Amino acid sequence: MGLFVLRRLGVMLLTAIALTFVVFYLTNLQPNLEKLARTEGSVRMTEEAVQDWIAQNGHSGSVFLRYGQWLGVVPGWTYTDEKGQMRGRCFAIGQDAAAAPDYCGLLQGNWGFSTFFKTPVMASLGDKLAATGWLMLAVMLVMVPTSLILGVLSGMREGSATDRTLSTFSIASTATPEYVSGVVLVALFATAATGISPILAEYGLIEPKKTLFLASATSAMDDITFWNFTLPVMTIALYGIGYIARMTRASMTEVMTQQYIRTARLKGVPFRTVVMRHALRNALIAPFTVIMLQFPWLLNGVVIVESLFNYKGFGWTLVQAASNNDIPLLLACSVVAVVVVLLTQLISDIGYVFLNPRIRLA
Amino acid sequence: MTAVAPDIAWDPSQPILEIEHLSISFFTRLREIPAVMDFSCTVMAGEAMGLVGESGCGKSTVALGVMRELGKNGRIVSGSIKFKGRDLARMSDEELRHIRGSEIAMIYQEPMASLNPAMKVGAQLAEVPMLHSGMSKDAAWKLAREIVADVRLPDPDRIINAYPHQLSGGQQQRIVIAMALMAKPALLILDEPTTALDVTVEAGIVDLVKELGQKYGTSMLFISHNLGLVMDVCDRICVMYSGEAVETGNVVEVFDEMRHPYTQALFRSIPLPGADKNARPLISIPGNFPLPHERPPGCNFGPRCDYFQKGRCDASDVPMYPVPDSDRHETRCLRWSEIDWTAPPAKREVKQKAEIGKVVLKMEDLRKYYSVSGGAFGGGAKKVVKANETLSFEAREGETLAIVGESGCGKSTFAKVLMGLETATSGSIMLFDENVQSTPIQKRNTDTVSQVQMVFQNPFDTLNPSMTVGRQIIRALEIFKYGKSDAERHDRMLELLDLVKLPRAFAERMPRQLSGGQKQRVGIARAFAGGAKVVVADEPVSALDVSVQAAVTDLLMDIQRENRTTLLFISHDLSIVRYLSDRVMVMYLGHVVEMGTTDQVFAPPYHPYTEALLSAVPIADTKIIRKRIVLEGDIPSAMNPPPGCPFQTRCRWKSQVPGNLCETEVPPVQVLEGGHQVKCHLSRDVLAQMEPVIKVAAE
Repeated sequence: MGLFVLRRLGVMLLTAIALTFVVFYLTNLQPNLEKLARTEGSVRMTEEAVQDWIAQNGHSGSVFLRYGQWLGVVPGWTYTDEKGQMRGRCFAIGQDAAAAPDYCGLLQGNWGFSTFFKTPVMASLGDKLAATGWLMLAVMLVMVPTSLILGVLSGMREGSATDRTLSTFSIASTATPEYVSGVVLVALFATAATGISPILAEYGLIEPKKTLFLASATSAMDDITFWNFTLPVMTIALYGIGYIARMTRASMTEVMTQQYIRTARLKGVPFRTVVMRHALRNALIAPFTVIMLQFPWLLNGVVIVESLFNYKGFGWTLVQAASNNDIPLLLACSVVAVVVVLLTQLISDIGYVFLNPRIRLA
Repeated sequence: MTAVAPDIAWDPSQPILEIEHLSISFFTRLREIPAVMDFSCTVMAGEAMGLVGESGCGKSTVALGVMRELGKNGRIVSGSIKFKGRDLARMSDEELRHIRGSEIAMIYQEPMASLNPAMKVGAQLAEVPMLHSGMSKDAAWKLAREIVADVRLPDPDRIINAYPHQLSGGQQQRIVIAMALMAKPALLILDEPTTALDVTVEAGIVDLVKELGQKYGTSMLFISHNLGLVMDVCDRICVMYSGEAVETGNVVEVFDEMRHPYTQALFRSIPLPGADKNARPLISIPGNFPLPHERPPGCNFGPRCDYFQKGRCDASDVPMYPVPDSDRHETRCLRWSEIDWTAPPAKREVKQKAEIGKVVLKMEDLRKYYSVSGGAFGGGAKKVVKANETLSFEAREGETLAIVGESGCGKSTFAKVLMGLETATSGSIMLFDENVQSTPIQKRNTDTVSQVQMVFQNPFDTLNPSMTVGRQIIRALEIFKYGKSDAERHDRMLELLDLVKLPRAFAERMPRQLSGGQKQRVGIARAFAGGAKVVVADEPVSALDVSVQAAVTDLLMDIQRENRTTLLFISHDLSIVRYLSDRVMVMYLGHVVEMGTTDQVFAPPYHPYTEALLSAVPIADTKIIRKRIVLEGDIPSAMNPPPGCPFQTRCRWKSQVPGNLCETEVPPVQVLEGGHQVKCHLSRDVLAQMEPVIKVAAE
């Protein structure tokens, strides 16, 4: 087991390096750097001045060397201008170049300086990740149990009325993208003029001029309440519920036709117990991988929802970083995404082994 | 201890199970498909009833009908199933649930599929008494352990904590049996319980079932297509054909004095000792099994019956007629009293024995090792599987060489190496003086490929489902570069269809429109398309029904006689091997343990493994007396073979060999009289003292 995890971690590391290099290369393409020069320096810089700025700020040279610097395995760049003042990756202007370390990259804990937020990347990303973490936790808590229950209920009697109803719901919910369902949910629950809020207000169930839920989740950054957090959570969860429920249903219907289910029934096991004890564990093997795949997908799915509900988390940051050409922040986001994807896949593989006794580690 | 008091008093002299005029139909969108019609049978306490018939005759439907497990589409249309006097067909689901598992238990065909892969064996066993008699978990597990020991599984403590996939097929079936016995049921339904198992394992299971039946006084409904097995296990038999019971009675009576043409035809189509491919060939039943919605009027067997009388047999439904002076013997034949049942079959044509020519295939010291990795994720130490070990033999033109052995003995690996799908680790294969052992099939020239062809086990999977039959044969001809034009190949394809006795119209049909036997004929046509000289037939008839087996076997024999083909017949079915082969090679764990002519191998002296194998094969003949030798344990894993003789772990003759020779040395090949080879340490004297396993009883 230990050896297996170690080997998987090794492969993960290699994958992470390859993936981050791809992102690094794409974000550090020449037009991008020119754009950066103009935003950081001056919009009216000449073509020549742009090239100079790029060279003087450590953006020239081989892409591999620059990637190495960012990673922290190649010494950081330095530049001495005509006035004899030194600039470099590892120290701020005015600081003593000699006292600064030679290497300062990811490995040394230096994630760079966000050009848009004007703060170190580490600091700004930390809060955002925590915020998104809460959102994802809430989504998972809603999505996984709901979808499994829906899937099992519709899969245990294939073709029954329950199955048809629940399947229709699952297909509809998974066929609706977040930007549609988000808008629909807001219109239904979070406007004082339309939807059900005015009706509820009329009956005196909620205060007049208020809505059932809040259409903005900004306040949830400080204090998560049912009122401000329901809509973003539901928007993300709805899509996933349908998807996982479909997977679970397919897996469940297949398991229910297996001979060992017949064996259990012919042993006189009541239907409920057949489903709970004999079918469920076997039926969960396939959706488990899908659920684990939902984690990385959530990370990207939150981009839309966080922008829609103005919730300043990871997804929102990613959008800001991309639209403002904030290269260090973009890179940091990609590292986080890569690590989350790879870690969840590792967990999914290990969990699969525990669910399925036929695969046991030697 | 687990006895559940029956709800109403039940008199043990009354039948346990009484099925009366039962009809079961399956309902599809198009039509109602009757699966079982007017079926009646009675099982008394402690009696074993055999239900025999070909696939699709409705025998499994009857079993599932008794359990009321007919799926969404199946329904009991009429009739009653009385269990201890109560009608199961009218029971509520809740009442039924209490009977299932506690009073009626079932044993299934595929033990692996019928055990829950994600639950420990002990938990699956303990569930039964916990459900039906409210036993505590500890007590139930203790009982499970007892019953596991009762079904003679070694190391019950380890077994109850194992998952099904950690057990061998035979062990799994014993677990299924243990599960059925957990609540000491009054009736046990066995649905082809040994079909998926090897013969020596089957023998062990059959013994166990018989013994437990006697020990607990359980009645049995034993479903099988194997007449020999039914004779071994059952007291009474019911022969089914196309949804109806056609004959029922005491096993000995039905076997010796059958009173229905179908039963008679069935017995004539199975290879019993004494049948011979030249002098006394098998007689196959003409025609095909009618589809459930295309049954003929009157007698269902009419169109295939030798005694059919127009206007009488097809006039109206035939009822069951009791045979006087018998033990509840009944037949569904109008003419049973008119037919002379002792008359020998009319159309038995004697065929010329094919002449055996020069050597076409010669293998010497062939070895094939595989290296496999141990761990689930590709880790672990590399292990070597010795699939074939020092294989040497010759096959001659026009000869049938049978290769016999149980699963895992290396017979399929041998076929793959010969075909070139795998290359040998060492040794030589000479095919017409050409050395092919290290030439994979991609590098063999067209001639070699077309000369060595294969007929596969499962005709259902080996034909491309989206190509017409004719097209598939033409495709083979194209690959073999036969003929100059498409027209020429088309003509040849039609000739091939004639050769395998299929109507020419079949060229335009899709594989799904063909029956199993017809598909296998197409497979044979394809194998012979390039004028194959050596044909490897890997269990070509084991997936087919008994009545079709005979026809396909005969076809192979006819083509062989005509083309002087060398046939390597791989099989585990010793009856058919005895019937058609000239020479036999017996394999065990990659070794050839015995080789000789068919007469030499089937008569003493035997290799101890051959002896056990022969004794394990059930024979459907009341006049044959068999010595029972049941092998203990399972075949050792080829990854970890025992030292010395491969068979030493299960050999009953081991004590006759001085010292520990068997454990330390691989035995040498002894050549006995007439070139009969036996790979055994036993001395010639001991070998000479062996008694025949199969004897014909004195009249």
